[in-house]
Amino acid sequence: MSQQRIWIRGGRILDPAAERDEPGDVLIEGGVIVAVGTKLDASDAEVIDAKGAWIAPGFVDLHTHLREPGQEYKEDIASGGRSAVAGGFAAVACMANTHPVNDDPAMTDYIIDRAKQDSPARVYPIAAATRGLEGTEMTEMSALVDAGAVAFSDDGKTIMDGGVMRRILEYSRTVGKPVITHGEDRHLVAGGVVNEGPVSTKLGLPGNPAVAEVVLITRDLMLAELTGAHLHVAHVSTKGAVAAIRQARERGVHVTAEVTPHHLTLTDEALLGYDTNAKVAPPLRSAADVRACREGLVDGTIDAIATDHAPHAVHEKDLEFTEAPPGLIGFETAFPVVLDLVRSGELSPLELMRRLSTNPAKILDRPGGSLAIGAAANVAILDPDRSWTYDPAKGYSKSRNSPWAGHTLTGRAIATIVGGWLVYDVERGVLYP
Amino acid sequence: MIGRDLLGIEDLDRADIERILETAEHMREIGRRVIKKVPTLRGRTIVNLFFESSTRTKSSFEIAGKRLSADVINFAAAASSLKKAESILDTARNLEAMDLDAVVVRHAVAGVPKQIADVLSAPVINAGDGAHEHPTQALLDLLTVRREKGRIDGLTIAIVGDILHSRVARSNIYAFRKMGAEVRVAGPPQMIPAAIETLGVKAFTSLREAIDGVDVVMALRIQNERLTGTYLPSVREYSATYGIDREKLKFAKDDAIVMHPGPVNRGVELSHDLTDHRPGVILDQVRNGVAVRMAVLYLLSGRRQEGDPRVDLGSGEEK
Ligand SMILES: [Zn+2]
Repeated sequence: MSQQRIWIRGGRILDPAAERDEPGDVLIEGGVIVAVGTKLDASDAEVIDAKGAWIAPGFVDLHTHLREPGQEYKEDIASGGRSAVAGGFAAVACMANTHPVNDDPAMTDYIIDRAKQDSPARVYPIAAATRGLEGTEMTEMSALVDAGAVAFSDDGKTIMDGGVMRRILEYSRTVGKPVITHGEDRHLVAGGVVNEGPVSTKLGLPGNPAVAEVVLITRDLMLAELTGAHLHVAHVSTKGAVAAIRQARERGVHVTAEVTPHHLTLTDEALLGYDTNAKVAPPLRSAADVRACREGLVDGTIDAIATDHAPHAVHEKDLEFTEAPPGLIGFETAFPVVLDLVRSGELSPLELMRRLSTNPAKILDRPGGSLAIGAAANVAILDPDRSWTYDPAKGYSKSRNSPWAGHTLTGRAIATIVGGWLVYDVERGVLYP
Repeated sequence: MIGRDLLGIEDLDRADIERILETAEHMREIGRRVIKKVPTLRGRTIVNLFFESSTRTKSSFEIAGKRLSADVINFAAAASSLKKAESILDTARNLEAMDLDAVVVRHAVAGVPKQIADVLSAPVINAGDGAHEHPTQALLDLLTVRREKGRIDGLTIAIVGDILHSRVARSNIYAFRKMGAEVRVAGPPQMIPAAIETLGVKAFTSLREAIDGVDVVMALRIQNERLTGTYLPSVREYSATYGIDREKLKFAKDDAIVMHPGPVNRGVELSHDLTDHRPGVILDQVRNGVAVRMAVLYLLSGRRQEGDPRVDLGSGEEK
C-alpha cells in the first residue's frame, strides 16, 4: 500500500474543534488533512462518496478492555482494534486489567508494540494505578508515562483505601495524567449484581445500590479537590454521581467524566429476562438515572462517551446470573445507540461528535478530535440513516456479549481513516492491517 | 395464560391459578385412594434437576410424577458435572437430546430456570430459584388457605421474616394478590427488599402492626447464617422481635391460621407453643404440595405432544 491520497466528497462536515457544521469535502494526503471545503478537486485521489453522511473526527474511546495479553480467547489487540475502526473509532485507550497487569513499563511497551503491528486503531494504554491492581502500592508513574501510558486506573478493582487514592492523586500531578476512578464502593456493592430497586426485588437478585457509586465518587471528588489532581470518573451511572460531579466542577475541581452508550439508553428493565449480556458494572440503572446521565452529558457535566468495551466468551456469559462476568462489547454499536440523543433533540450532531472525539482526545492529551488542516487524518464517515441488523457473530470482536444482538439499529460508521489510511469501509470491511 | 413453562406466579393470571387449584383438588382426591396412581402421564419422562439440595420439594415432585405414572429421573446435579465453570446451559442442551416431557429445576441463583427454559423445548417448572420465585409453594399455600378459609378473596395475609432472601415471599405476594387478598410483609428493615411496595404490598417493621387483624400469618424460614451478626444481631433478638408466639398472635383475627413453608426452626420463627398449635395446617401444606405438583405436571407435560393436549385424568387404576 502506498501513502494514500483520499478525497471525501460531498458530506456534512462536523468538526467540533472548529465549531464547524457545513456541507463540504475533506482531502487527506501524507497522513494529514490538507484541505477542507466545498470546491476541492483532487481527481487523482481515492474518492469516498460521503453523500448523506457525516464527516467527523475519528472517535476516541477512553475506556476499553482489549484483553491482550492473557485472555486472547475473549479479544486481542488486533480483533479489538478492528472492531473499533468498524465502529468509527480511530483511537482507543485500554485498561490495565490484562494478565499480567499493565503495571510495568515493559508491559506498556509491549501493548504499544503489538498495536503498531496488529491494530488499525491507535491504542493508548492506561496503566494500573497500583501494582497488580491490588490497591496498595502505587506504580512507577513516571516510567509508565515515558513508555506511553496516557492515564492511571485500577478500573473495576476500585481502590478502597482512601489514603492510597490520595497518594496516587497527589503523585499523578508530577506526570500530569488523569487518574481514572471506577466508582463502586465494594462494601456497599456487597455482591450486588443488579441495580437495587424494583427490578432487583422482582428478579430476586442481590441489589447493587446507587449509593455505592455516589459514595465512592464523592470521596474521590473530595480527594481531587484536596490534591489538585486531575480525576476522571469512568462510566457515570447514577443521578447522585452526576450531581456530585456537577457540584465539584462548580467548585473548580479538576474533574472530567465519561458515560457509556448503555448507561445512556438502557435501564435495569433490560435485565428482566436475566440476559447476562446486559450484566455490566456499574449496573444498568433506573429511568431517572438514565435521564440524569443524559442531562449531564448535554450540559457538560459529563465530557465524553466511552464504550467500556468488555468482551467475554459465550461460555462465560452462559453461567448463572451471579457468576457471569460483567461487561458488554460496544465499539460497533456505539454510534447508532448514542444517535438516540440526536434523534430526541437533546444533542446536535456536532455536539454528539464533540463527546465522541474532541473531548476524549483532550482528556487523554492525544491528537485527534479535529479536522483542522494539518491535523492527523483520523476521520469517521458516518451514515446516520442507515438501518441494519446487528449480529455480533458478523462483527470483528472475538466476543458476542451484546444486549443489542439481533436489534435493528439506525446509523452506522461507513468508513474510518486512521493516520491517513482508509482502514475500514462498510462494504469491504477492515482493510488494514 | 399458562404458557409452556411455569417459571413464576408473576406470569399467571387469576384464571390460570384457579384452573391449577381446581385440578389440584382432583389430585388430592387421587391421593386419598387406596391405589394412588393414575395412568395419565404413562410413558412420559420428567427430570428433577436439582442444583441445590431440597429433599422435601424433590420428593414431593417425585411422588407427584409417579402418581401420574410418569418416569421420574432424579438428575443428581450437585454431585455430577454441575460444578463451577461448567455452563449450566451446556447441561440443559444435553438434556434437550433426551426428549423430555418436563424438567423441574431448583437452583440457588435466581433466573436459572428461565435461562434453561430459553434453550429447552420441554416445559420447565421452577422448583425454586434463589430469591426469585417458588411457584408451586405459593400454589400449595393458596390451596391450603382456601381449604381452611373457604376463600382467598378479601383475606388479609401477613408474610413475616427475611423477605429479601425469600422466593416463597415473592411467589406468595403475587399469588395472594392475584387471588384478591391484601398482602402485608413484615421484618427487619435490612430484610425488606428495596421498592417492595411496587409489588403491591404494604411493608411493616413492626410485627404487631403487620399482623393486626389478619386472617393468615405466614412465617418464613430464616437461614442460620444470617443470624450471626451480619444481617441480624442474634437468634434471641430475632425471635423476640419477629418470632410468632401466642402473645403476638392475639393481634391477628381469632381464627387466624399460622403457616410456614418448612422446615421450621423451632423457637425462632415460631415459638414452641405455636408449632403444636393447629399442626393440621402445616401437615396439610405437605399433602397439598403433592396435589399441586401433580396438577402442574399434568397441565404442562401433558401438552408436549402435537394435537389434543388434554390427557385423561380418568378415575385411575382403582377401577
Ligand atoms: Zn470500570
